[in-house]
Amino acid sequence: MVSWFHTLDAQVQDALLVIGIASLTNVACALLGCYLVLRRMSLLGDALSHAVLPGLVVAFIAAGSLNIVYMFAGALAVGLLTTFLTQTIHRQGNVSADASIGVVFTSLFALGVILIKRYGQGVDLDPDCVLYGQIDLVEFYTVPLWGYEVPRALVSILPVLLLNIAVIVVLWKELKISSFDPALATTMGINAERLFYLLMALVALTTVASFEQVGSILVIAMLIVPGATAHLLTDRLKTMMLLASLVAVVSAVLGYFLSIAWNVSAAGPMAVVAGGCYFTAAVASPRYGILAAFLRNLQISLRIAREDLLAMLYRLEELHVQRRLSPHEAAKAIGAGMLGDAGLWSLLRRRDVARIEGKLELTDRGRQRAAELVRSHRLWEAYLVEHLGLPPDHVHDPAERMEHFIDSRLQEQIVADLSDAQKDPHGREIPGG
Amino acid sequence: MALSNTLLVMLGTSLLGAIAAIVGSFAVLRRRALVGDLLAHAALPGLCAAFLLIGYQPLARRLFGTSSEAGNWQFSLMLSGAFVTGLMGVALVTLVCRYTRTKEDAAIGIVLSTFFGAGVVLSSVIQNLPTASSKAGLQTYIYGQAAGMTREDVWFIAVVSAACLILVALLYKEFQVFSFDPGFARAQGWPTLALDMAMMGVLALVTVVGLPTVGVVLMAAMLIIPGAAARFWTNRLGTMLLIAGLIGAASGIGGTLISAGMLEGLLGFDPLAFGHNTRNLPTGPVIVLCGTALFVISMLFAPQRGAIARLARIVGVRSRIGRENLLRSLYELSESALPDRPSIGWQQLVEERSWTAASVHRLARWGKNAGLIEYTPAGARLTSAGQAQAERFVRAHRLWEMFLISGADIAPDHVDRDADSIEHFLTPQMVESLEAQLAAAGKLQTTPGTVPVSPHDLPGAADPRSPAQERTGG
Repeated sequence: MVSWFHTLDAQVQDALLVIGIASLTNVACALLGCYLVLRRMSLLGDALSHAVLPGLVVAFIAAGSLNIVYMFAGALAVGLLTTFLTQTIHRQGNVSADASIGVVFTSLFALGVILIKRYGQGVDLDPDCVLYGQIDLVEFYTVPLWGYEVPRALVSILPVLLLNIAVIVVLWKELKISSFDPALATTMGINAERLFYLLMALVALTTVASFEQVGSILVIAMLIVPGATAHLLTDRLKTMMLLASLVAVVSAVLGYFLSIAWNVSAAGPMAVVAGGCYFTAAVASPRYGILAAFLRNLQISLRIAREDLLAMLYRLEELHVQRRLSPHEAAKAIGAGMLGDAGLWSLLRRRDVARIEGKLELTDRGRQRAAELVRSHRLWEAYLVEHLGLPPDHVHDPAERMEHFIDSRLQEQIVADLSDAQKDPHGREIPGG
Repeated sequence: MALSNTLLVMLGTSLLGAIAAIVGSFAVLRRRALVGDLLAHAALPGLCAAFLLIGYQPLARRLFGTSSEAGNWQFSLMLSGAFVTGLMGVALVTLVCRYTRTKEDAAIGIVLSTFFGAGVVLSSVIQNLPTASSKAGLQTYIYGQAAGMTREDVWFIAVVSAACLILVALLYKEFQVFSFDPGFARAQGWPTLALDMAMMGVLALVTVVGLPTVGVVLMAAMLIIPGAAARFWTNRLGTMLLIAGLIGAASGIGGTLISAGMLEGLLGFDPLAFGHNTRNLPTGPVIVLCGTALFVISMLFAPQRGAIARLARIVGVRSRIGRENLLRSLYELSESALPDRPSIGWQQLVEERSWTAASVHRLARWGKNAGLIEYTPAGARLTSAGQAQAERFVRAHRLWEMFLISGADIAPDHVDRDADSIEHFLTPQMVESLEAQLAAAGKLQTTPGTVPVSPHDLPGAADPRSPAQERTGG
C-alpha cells in the first residue's frame, strides 16, 4: 500500500496526507463532541483546548523536546486540573458555571503564554503553531516506524482516535444514559462523576493530539460544531455520531481545497466549512431547521385560510341570499392577506370551489368539506355553552380557532356529550352528522 | 523616559482593567460571562474585513506584524468593523438559541470558532498581500501588546471608558433589574431587547478597545475575573461594580509593574524572579494572572462568601452541634437518676453516639472549661449549670419529636434522627410555640416549661445494667 502511495504525484500525495490526517483528527474530536453537546458542556471543551497550553509547555520543559508521551501526560494532567478547578470553583465558591470556566481557562492560558515566552522561544510551540497548527507541513515531520518514515501526526492521532472509539464502544450504554439523563444514570448505579472525568481526560488527550496539527481554532470548532450539526439532524446517538464524523471529514476535504485556493493555512477554512455545515443544517434540517419550522407554520396558516374561506362560503349559502362573492372579496373577507389569495387559489385548483361568471360557488365536494368544518365549529360552540358555561355570545372566537383541529372522532365524542346535537347555541342548524 | 512610558502603559491598562471589570460584571451576573470571549473572537473577521476595505498599514502592522504606530480615524474604522462582527456574533448566538434546538453553550462555541476561523483566513490573506510586513502572524491580536501603548491609545481608552461609564450610570437602575431578574424587567414593560443590545454594545466596545492591549483570550479574562472576584465581597451591585473596578485597575497596575521589572526597582529585589528576572514578560498575561491572584484571594478570604469564612461557619456549627449533643447524651443517660447527677462512664458516652473516644474527650474538655461538665473518677457528669442547658436541648429535641409524630405522622422509632438534624436550629420562640401547640392539642403530658418524657425508648436509659440505673437502684 505504501509503495502504491509513492507512485502518486507529489502534490496528490501531499493532499491525501493532509486530508487524511485532518480527517482522523476531526473525527476523533467530533465523536467526543457529540457527548459534549448533549451534556451541555461544549464550553468546557473550548476551555480545555486553551488550558492544555501550560501543560504542553511544562511537558516540553521536562522532556527537553516535543516528546509525545510527555506531552500527553502534561496535557492530561492540566486537562483534569482544569476540570477539577472549574468544578471546585463552581460548587465550593458558588460561582456560576460559565464564570468559573472563564476564570480557569483564561488564567491557565495566560500562564501558558508566559511559560512559552520564557522557555519556548524558537521551538515549534510558537504562537502561530498554537493557533493554526502545522497540518500543511505534516509531511515534513516524520518518525521511523517499522522501517518506514511515518508522519509524526499520524503516530499521535491514530492511537487517540482508536482509544476514543474503543472507550465509546465499551462504555456505549453508560455514556449514553449519563449524557441524556444523569439522574437516571445515578439511580442505575453508573458513576456519573467518574464518567465525566473520563470524558474530560479523553477530550484533553484528543486536544493535545490535534493541537500540533490543527491548532486551537480547529480543535474548538471540531469539538463542538460537528456534534451540534448532527444534533439538528437526528435524535439517535449512533446516527448523530456518524453524521458528526461525516461533517468532520467534509470539513477536512473542503477546507483543504479552500486553503489551497485562498493560499492560507488549512485550519481556518476547515473551521469555516464546519460552521457552514452547521448553519446549513440550522436552516435546512428537515425536522429542526428554521426553514422546516417556517414551512410547517405556513402550511398550517394556509390550511386555516382555506378552511375559513370554505366555511364562509357555506354560511353565505346557508343564508339563502343570492349574492355571491368575487375572489377578491372572499380573500379580503377572511383578512388573511396573501395567505387568503393563496388559499383561494388552492381551493380552486382542488375543485372545492368553482368560479362561475367571476363569482365563487362551492362545488359538491367543497360543500361537504365546508359542512364538516361548520359542524365542528357549531358542535364546539354548543359544547362550550353546555359544559363550560360560556355565554353564547362568547363562544364564536374560540370555536373559530378550534374548528381546524377537531377530527371526526372528536366530533363523535362531543355529540355523545351534548343533549342536543342538532342546533348550535345561536339556534342555527348543525350540518352533517 | 522608560519610567514615563511605564507610567503611560500603567495608566492605560488600569483604565482598561477598571472599565472591563465594570462592564464585565453585568455579564457575569447575567451568567453570560463567556460572551466576552465570543465578542473578542468574533471581532477578528471584522477587523480584517475593514482593513481589506479601507486599508490602514500602521494598525495592520501593529496587529499582524511588529510596528507600534497607531491612532487616527482609520483606526476607529477598523475597530468599528470589529465592533460590528462582534455584535453580529452575539446576535447569531441569540438567533440560534431561539430558533434551533442548539443550546447556548454550543451556540457560543460554534459562532466563536467559525467567526474566528474566518478571521484567521482573512488575516492570512492580508499577510499574503504584497504590502504586508515580513513578520507575519496574529501575535498582537492573540496576545496583545500593552508595551506598545501610545499617548493617543490612552486617550482613546479614557474617552471610551468615560462614555461607557456614563451609559452605565444613566441606565444603572435598568441594568440592575435586568441583570438580576430579566423576567421582571420584561413584566415591567421595559424594552429588554434594547437594554440587552445596549449592554452587549458596551461590552463589545470595551472588548474591541482592549484587544490590541491584552489580546483575545486575555480580554475575556479582564471581563470575567474581576466581576467574579468582586461577587465574593458583596451582595450589592454598586459595591460590586466598585470592587470589580478596583480589582481590574489593580491588576492592570500590578501586571504592568511586574512585566516592566519595576518590582526590583521598588523592593530592591525581585520576588517573582525564580532565577530569571521578570522583565520582558508579556504584559497582558501578567495582568491576567494578577487578576487571578486577586480572585483566589477573594475566594478564600472574603468575609461572607469566602471559602475560609464558610469553612469556619461549618466548623462552628458542627462543633456547636457536637457540644449540644454531648450535653443531651449526658442528660438522657442520667435522666432516671435525676435530680441526682450521676457520673457517666467514658465508654458509655462513646457508645451513645457514633463518636470516637477522642471527640468525646475533646467535647468534654470544652464542657469542663465552660463549667457545664465536671470530671469524676468514673467519667464525667453534668454540673447544675450544665443540667439547665441540657434540659433546654432535650426539651427542644423531644418537643420536635412529638411534633413530628403528631403532625407529620412519622413513626416514634424514626423521629430521633430527624429531630437530631433540626433541634440545633430551633429558636427559643419556636420551642415555646411548639410547646403551646402540643399542649393545645392535648399531646403534652408534662407541665409546660419542663422536659417532657421521651416519646420513644432511650437505649441507654432503658438498659438496666447502665450505671445510671445501678446508681438509682443502689
